[in-house]
Amino acid sequence: MITPAAIVSAAAIAALGILCIALFVTVWRVIAGPTLPDRILALDMMTGIAIGFIAVVAVRTGFSLYIDIAIALGLVGFLATVAFARFVLSRRAVASGTQGRGE
Amino acid sequence: MDYALAIVTAVLLLAGAFFALVAAIGIARLPDLYTRMHAASKAGTVGSGLLLLAAGLYSGELAVLARALAGFLFFILTAPVSAHLLARASHISGYFPADISVRDDMRMR
Repeated sequence: MITPAAIVSAAAIAALGILCIALFVTVWRVIAGPTLPDRILALDMMTGIAIGFIAVVAVRTGFSLYIDIAIALGLVGFLATVAFARFVLSRRAVASGTQGRGE
Repeated sequence: MDYALAIVTAVLLLAGAFFALVAAIGIARLPDLYTRMHAASKAGTVGSGLLLLAAGLYSGELAVLARALAGFLFFILTAPVSAHLLARASHISGYFPADISVRDDMRMR
């Protein structure tokens, strides 16, 4: 007889395996990504996968405090992406500014 | 009742992980930043949101489920904002779509 806990445990292990593959594919994009925005996007995606890992660990261990950690990580990831987008904008402004002075 | 909750949780876990994998494959395979962003910010958000929902449902407490739903709602609200901001910043900074793209309205002006 299969118990409910065994079903959830098997699904959680399978989810952890699939998330591992997804994380490695995303890390490959961070390393290989040809431009800076590609790497920023892949880092944002890695935050999402880490939130998924935390949720699966919350299911496996039964500690509901992990959900608060996941929400906090989502907030930090959003702020990091916004800050990186401003950095992309400001880096372009600095580059064109020095170009203008050189001419 | 226990079995129903366990099966729903298992389906949500597998579906969330599958969405995350689809987003990762999209990030690896699509040709330029904007199409990769389409994969990451839709499928990635739904993936982590479904996993959070599974954790909230399996805990069996209303407070935890409400927090998980609030987190899901927060991700749904913030993912389009950050994706649009990053796309706009990179297009202004001169990272254009791949040559395979049909048209780019922001460059035609």
